[in-house]
Amino acid sequence: MLQEFGNVGLLLIVALVFPLLALGTAFLLRPRDPGVEKSLPYECGVDTVGTTWVQFRASYFLYALVFVAFDVETVFLYLWAIKFQELGTFAFVEMFIFLSILLVGLGYAWKKGALEWK
Amino acid sequence: MNEWAYTAAFFIFAAVTVASAVGVVTKNDLVHSSLLLALCFVGVSGLYVLLQADFLAAVQLLVYNGAIAIVFVLGTMLTRRSIRHGTNHSEADAPSRLIGLISGLFVAVTLGVIATTPWNYSSAGAVQDTPAVLGRLILTDYMIAMEVAAVLLLAAMIGAIVLAKGVDEE
Repeated sequence: MLQEFGNVGLLLIVALVFPLLALGTAFLLRPRDPGVEKSLPYECGVDTVGTTWVQFRASYFLYALVFVAFDVETVFLYLWAIKFQELGTFAFVEMFIFLSILLVGLGYAWKKGALEWK
Repeated sequence: MNEWAYTAAFFIFAAVTVASAVGVVTKNDLVHSSLLLALCFVGVSGLYVLLQADFLAAVQLLVYNGAIAIVFVLGTMLTRRSIRHGTNHSEADAPSRLIGLISGLFVAVTLGVIATTPWNYSSAGAVQDTPAVLGRLILTDYMIAMEVAAVLLLAAMIGAIVLAKGVDEE
């Protein structure tokens, strides 16, 4: 197994070296002529007015927290999907119970109006 | 050759993990800290791969990098930038001597325990194809634990909704 991950490691090394080489070569070859215009965001729409760090409403954090809960759920779903054919109906019913418990949470979120983007 | 590559990979991942963890604490900018935290998680998942826990490594990437790191980055979006330059200024709340002493003591005790414990090395080989084994176990022997995990996730989700809605009403 480690042998297979060795290939992943090789890819990681290529992914690290390639941008370093590309940017490093550009760093060595480029002419140095800095200016205010050049340090502005390039092709990023209209220039910003005021500070760029604004505070968003904290209720948006809800989506991140619910996302974490469903992300943890996928871990169980993934394990179930691997062994689904071997274990058959029993595992299917089990996962059905698992998902319906979590659906209660989704229903609660819906009822509370948490899914409405305001 | 193989042994050598293994050792090199271990030290690279360990160095990445520790260096980014130090960066999380010392960086002046909150965004840099949270991105370094993501890098720290990647390093830990690399260490899991070296321990032949491939599923745990995948879960580490999926949950910690895919969700927890995202939560931190999103969390910085919700904070108000302070008037001072840094958003994660460490000089202002530098740890007092007492806290330094306590953490130093903790490190010393942990290192002492590690050094004095007689470690028993298991002679069993590493499990191949860990996800299949784990999947079979949680769907048969540990099915109650899995359903309890669902209840725990439900509680976490409801807690999140109550918290975020409570903030909204203020």
